[in-house]
Amino acid sequence: MDATINLIIFYALAVVVLSMSVLAVTTKKILRAATYLLFVLIGTAGFYLMLNYHFLAAVQITVYAGGVVVLFIFAIFLVSSKGEVIEPHAKRKVVLGLLASVAGAAVVFFALFKHQFVIDSANTTMIGDQEMNMKVIGQALIGTGKYQYLLPFEILSVLLLACIIGGILIARKR
Amino acid sequence: MIPMEHYLIVSTLMFFIGIYGFITRKNMIAMLISLELVINAVDINFIVFNRYLFPGQLEGMFFTLFSIAITAAETTVALAIIINVYRKIGNVNVGNINKMKN
Repeated sequence: MDATINLIIFYALAVVVLSMSVLAVTTKKILRAATYLLFVLIGTAGFYLMLNYHFLAAVQITVYAGGVVVLFIFAIFLVSSKGEVIEPHAKRKVVLGLLASVAGAAVVFFALFKHQFVIDSANTTMIGDQEMNMKVIGQALIGTGKYQYLLPFEILSVLLLACIIGGILIARKR
Repeated sequence: MIPMEHYLIVSTLMFFIGIYGFITRKNMIAMLISLELVINAVDINFIVFNRYLFPGQLEGMFFTLFSIAITAAETTVALAIIINVYRKIGNVNVGNINKMKN
């Protein structure tokens, strides 16, 4: 029973995510594309929750849905007039893009179904109700040992500082 | 338990929908939105491989965490550049960017 409910939730999420992705790349209004992207990102957070990465789902919603999408919407307000429609693209380009993505997807699907993944079914951490402990995450993030990530964490903070300065420098009015 | 392949199918489809959008869009913000889809699909892949194949470790989760942060930084700079382009040439279509070099 539990497995069936999980499967139903997964398929509902998959349908929402995929249809919203298609709409995000085909819609003519740019603001709508940003809104559909928001739904895709929230659906992805749902996938993370289904896989028991609760911290990551929270990060996904705060950083993406709270930060990046708002940034997109403000940029759209700044660069486009009201009700502006994205220029229709050339037919040849659409066909080429469709061809490239279908060919790429075919290659990836071939590799995916050809390969047999070795899943350790004896491992109980993937069965379900085991949540990732926050203490473990925090200690791995601020540790200097093997499989710990203090250096990337600090480099990331420097990168964010550089991005703040660069963003101000590029986008300011002269 | 949902089979691993189902997640991978969803993320593959999302990836190539993003590629399609990146090729066919002219508006630079729309291209950036397609790029977000691609990055998101890769993040799902990291997480799924971490959960199903190496459930005792945390590498996939931290890769996704750092990937989300770097994407946020990258989006900020890209949107700053796009706003600057709009100030210079009045629209944000990729075909007009070669005017930037003058």
